[in-house]
Amino acid sequence: MDEFLIRALAAGCGIALLAGPLGSFIVWRRMAYFGDTLSHSALLGVTLGFLLGVNPMIGVMVVCVALALALVALQRRRTLAADTLLGILSHGSLSLGLVALAFLETLRVDLMAYLFGDILSVTINDLVWIYSGGAVALTGLALLWRRLLAVTVDEDLARVEGMPVDALRLAFMLLIAMVIAIAMKIVGILLITSLLIIPAASARRFTRTPEQMAALASVFGVAAVVAGLLASLAWDLPGGPSVVVAAASLFLAGSLLPMRG
Amino acid sequence: MSTTHPHRHTHATPAPATPTPTGSAPPGDPLVWTENLSVRLGGRVVLSGVTMAVHPGEVVTLIGPNGAGKTTLARAVLGLIRPSDGRVQRRPGLRVGYMPQRLTVDATLPLTVRRFLALWRPVTPERITEALEEAGVTRLADAAVQTLSGGEMQRVLLARALLGDPQLLVLDEPDQAVDVHGQAELFARIEQVRRRHRCGVLLVSHDLHTVMARTDRVICLNGHVCCHGRPEDVSRHPEYHALFGRHAAELAVYLHHHDHAHDPDRGVVSGHDGDCCHG
Repeated sequence: MDEFLIRALAAGCGIALLAGPLGSFIVWRRMAYFGDTLSHSALLGVTLGFLLGVNPMIGVMVVCVALALALVALQRRRTLAADTLLGILSHGSLSLGLVALAFLETLRVDLMAYLFGDILSVTINDLVWIYSGGAVALTGLALLWRRLLAVTVDEDLARVEGMPVDALRLAFMLLIAMVIAIAMKIVGILLITSLLIIPAASARRFTRTPEQMAALASVFGVAAVVAGLLASLAWDLPGGPSVVVAAASLFLAGSLLPMRG
Repeated sequence: MSTTHPHRHTHATPAPATPTPTGSAPPGDPLVWTENLSVRLGGRVVLSGVTMAVHPGEVVTLIGPNGAGKTTLARAVLGLIRPSDGRVQRRPGLRVGYMPQRLTVDATLPLTVRRFLALWRPVTPERITEALEEAGVTRLADAAVQTLSGGEMQRVLLARALLGDPQLLVLDEPDQAVDVHGQAELFARIEQVRRRHRCGVLLVSHDLHTVMARTDRVICLNGHVCCHGRPEDVSRHPEYHALFGRHAAELAVYLHHHDHAHDPDRGVVSGHDGDCCHG
């Protein structure tokens, strides 16, 4: 097997493992569109990273968190529905990112790679980022697991039980921002949400506990990455979209199977 | 009838400095109390000048028409709403068990009853079984929470509240999602729980009728405290009648069969000087 393919598989599987549990939470909390909005803002983060001369991943995380906070602040005003606000922020930030990138004429950026990912060009350095960042994010999620579930089930109950609900929500947004920063280069900012929610949604029908669903989502994600990458190689297809098509096919196949529990 | 005639007095000031409204509360330190509590939600004054308390072992029922601020008061007591004026005080370290009106878990979250109960604090499986037994829903332990009926969910929520070994139970309209038969059973359960754990209970209800026999004190609410006291006394109070109309009169008749003994010196008290009920 070629070395670049091994790197691509390692990167994709790392992200799929991370996306399983986190994507499950996005599905449970009905935050798919929120995740999409955050990832759309990532391009602005990349530009910011180049401008400030820091790693683009740091720029992405900063912009994602800033956007999440802005959203929370706007939602407090309750003048517009959440989906309208998300639509404004999502496309506003994506376009702002594209415009800002155009201003940096000296910078040669492969825009398509950022939008749709370039999994076959993964470097060792990227792998280090994926696995170290992924380990941090998964550890954080494991530590907060029970309380995040409680907040997901009912915020009022969690509050009465003395849980720091706002801090937990913020921590969750931070975790999503981390995943976006890590996965951006692999699947692209337009497709990240699909890798988060499709495997989780596929896993729902076959599981009876949150942990089972998270684990099975990871398995489905890894399967989609492997299948998508092999297909991309065999037929010379774009990597990121192939993985997403594989995940969607898995979902379709899964929903045709008889349900358990 | 074994009770004496209600003695009645009105406050010169709407907000007494003592945490306990006079005339009807048992002696001893309250578990939780409000002092001159006002709450504004979205620019609208929902509660104003509410002073009340819940003591260990007593059942206090909040009653009032829709929009009277019952749930708001309960939520303020729980610390879920910040008062715009006045204070909510709790005993330090007070353990509160909250049973919300309803709870829907998103269908995408696979969750059994047992797992649901384990989310709120570290608990052993034995403790969960115990709580399920006490709430009378052991058979539901492995059911998915989304498949529960309204009444079953209420019991599970009661079990959840018990897991925290509460000193104060706050129950928001537990009779809402349940039919009449289920209501009687549920209230019997709650009564058992109160006796066993000796906890105070703050009960929100839109219907004094159903909770009458299991209540020590009633606070009749309509944006502020209209009147409060023993249930049979409140049900005869003119402000209560003004608030609930004909239904209240029927209740008074019903009460003759359900009266039970209380401290003779507890009476019924008006919350304000006759500025209460709307016409």
